[in-house]
Amino acid sequence: MRASRSTEIGYNGAMKILIMEDDREAADYLQKAFTEAGHTTHVAGDGETGFALADSGDYDVMVVDRMMPRRDGLSVIAALRSRGNTTPVLILSALGEVDDRVTGLRAGGDDYLTKPYAFSELLARVEVLNRRAGARESETVYRVGDLELDRLSHTVKRLGQEITLQPREFRLLEYLMRHAGQVVTRTMLLENVWDYHFDPQTNVIDVHVSRLRGKIEKGFDKPILHTVRGAGYMLKGG
Amino acid sequence: MALSVPAIMRTTAARLSALYLLLFALCAVALVFYMTSLSARMLTGQTQETINDEVLGLARAYQRGGLPVLVRVVEQRSRQPGANLYLIADTNGQILTGNVQSLEPGVLETEGWTTRPFSYQRFGEGELDRLRNGLAEPGTAQAEGQSGHNAIALVLRLPNQMIMLVGRDLGEPERFRAVIRRALTLALGMMALGGLLIWFFVGRSALKRIDGVSEASRRIMGGDLAGRLPVTGVGDEFDRLSENLNAMLARIAALNEGLKQVSDNIAHDLKTPLTRLRNRAEAALSGKPKVGDYKQALESTIAESDHLIKTFNAILMISRLEAGYSSENTVQVDLAATVADVVELYEPVAEEAGVTVETAVDGSFIVRGNRELIGQALSNIVDNAIKYSLDAVSGKPVVSVSLRREAGEIRLTVADNGQGIPDHADRARATERFVRLEKSRSQPGSGLGLSLAKAVMKFHEGRLDLLPGDPGLSVVMSFPERTDR
Repeated sequence: MRASRSTEIGYNGAMKILIMEDDREAADYLQKAFTEAGHTTHVAGDGETGFALADSGDYDVMVVDRMMPRRDGLSVIAALRSRGNTTPVLILSALGEVDDRVTGLRAGGDDYLTKPYAFSELLARVEVLNRRAGARESETVYRVGDLELDRLSHTVKRLGQEITLQPREFRLLEYLMRHAGQVVTRTMLLENVWDYHFDPQTNVIDVHVSRLRGKIEKGFDKPILHTVRGAGYMLKGG
Repeated sequence: MALSVPAIMRTTAARLSALYLLLFALCAVALVFYMTSLSARMLTGQTQETINDEVLGLARAYQRGGLPVLVRVVEQRSRQPGANLYLIADTNGQILTGNVQSLEPGVLETEGWTTRPFSYQRFGEGELDRLRNGLAEPGTAQAEGQSGHNAIALVLRLPNQMIMLVGRDLGEPERFRAVIRRALTLALGMMALGGLLIWFFVGRSALKRIDGVSEASRRIMGGDLAGRLPVTGVGDEFDRLSENLNAMLARIAALNEGLKQVSDNIAHDLKTPLTRLRNRAEAALSGKPKVGDYKQALESTIAESDHLIKTFNAILMISRLEAGYSSENTVQVDLAATVADVVELYEPVAEEAGVTVETAVDGSFIVRGNRELIGQALSNIVDNAIKYSLDAVSGKPVVSVSLRREAGEIRLTVADNGQGIPDHADRARATERFVRLEKSRSQPGSGLGLSLAKAVMKFHEGRLDLLPGDPGLSVVMSFPERTDR
């Protein structure tokens, strides 16, 4: 198996990211890490500044800390949404109460991550949120390299050869193909394919992925479903 | 205990007693006035009736023989002892006959009933009265000069323009009224005394118990966290208050204990991986600078950190659930669907490990709760079951998941046919945080899976039981079946 390198993360194109985080050190770290991944970032140290920046600038994604001075993250998001701002938002929270996630998403967030988190997880999620990359929702047929998935007839073909998948495997592949070229983490898969938001104790997701890989790669020369070490998976053709 | 008056008045019992006493006294005073005025009116009525009868008799005498007979009868009756007053005067008001020596001026001038009691002096009593008053009762109302007695009377004008007065002394009704007033006043005094006594015993005892409560709470605040408020066992309001406060204290103590446990666990169990992390970084630095080594060290550092983050999140989640978090975001959860989800999620892992997963679910099992949490708890349990079924004593390793109604509960049982946990105490310990039983130490995992499941069940007002299987271990998640919501 070929292990993809971190340089491939974010190959999908540079993003303009707004970071709202009051902890200077955390903000610096995020800025540095996002820049290394090839993205442009602006940092706001409090809710009011964040709101002003978000309201005037054209960002691809916003990373918003929930607890900020002057104005908390949720109210900033709610205010932006009421002004018609649809920029995808990932909420960062140190809270982690049982239904914080629900509250956060209800306020207008698109994704939610509890501190502490791994940066690879944050990066993968932010890249998936990027609206420029997410035009695939409306497509009925996904194509990645020589792999083809028809969402209407529920068929999968590679090099014109039909591959039979279980319903869950189909959904797994569908999600991976929708985000082809992007890193998809295990928790993202559990969230989006199984609709559960927790860290599975063992490598359950890995086994599902390797089963799927077996079906879509066996008998074909080129690997298409790659493992990104320390992060997750990426479906990538060519 | 010694209390100053203001301190006593600050107590609720004293204030309430005082208020009640005041209201009661006002009522009693009103009652006294009402009673005396009523009885006075009644006695006046009676007196007037007597006078009327007397006048009737005299009128008959007058009809019989005219003025001479009347005068004779009056003289006769005047000599009889009693409270009746008779008087006949000429047109100028000069007393001609009767038993009245003198009376208040002006009484004879208006005909009809006297409008108010008047004072008079009876024949032959003036000297005696003066003597008696002067010697025995100086300064009393009776001693005030001429006005020895009070009376009411009917003043009539005879056909020959002479004036006749028929009256009755008020001494008796006035004495009666005085008796009533004295009796009522005495009763009032006794009542006040009774109120004070009641306050002293009831109020003081209430005061004492409140003091006991505040004394105990001071002790608890002072650090005696195991202390509780006194409960007498009578079951009154004070007991109920103390019991509620005690329950609250117990809850606080439990939370406190949980917090302490978390910090102990964090200190104990996160220290080890943190130290490992540090050592690894140090070792990488001290070795020869080689990119490959650095990379490997950093990668393992990240892996270790991720594991730490997971553990940390699990600890936080457990303590939040155990803190009795109550959520409004509970929904109808279809347990059958959750079982299907989790089994489907773990099926490939199980198959890879050579473990068969069987499910026995029939019917619909809806509970109110948090689908995510139930799913997470169940997946932890299934995860464990798959791991432990691997050392099956005989036959193929099997994990069976079943859902059924039993004893008013919905029971989700995950059974494996591994070695199980034969020891009862070990089974009980298995759900404690970070407890990893001896033989599981070699297995991967944080030791938090079952504690999380237990916390989730507590959150859902259910139970997590570990029962000995035959063979293996059965982990039972029992949900209360609700019909109300």
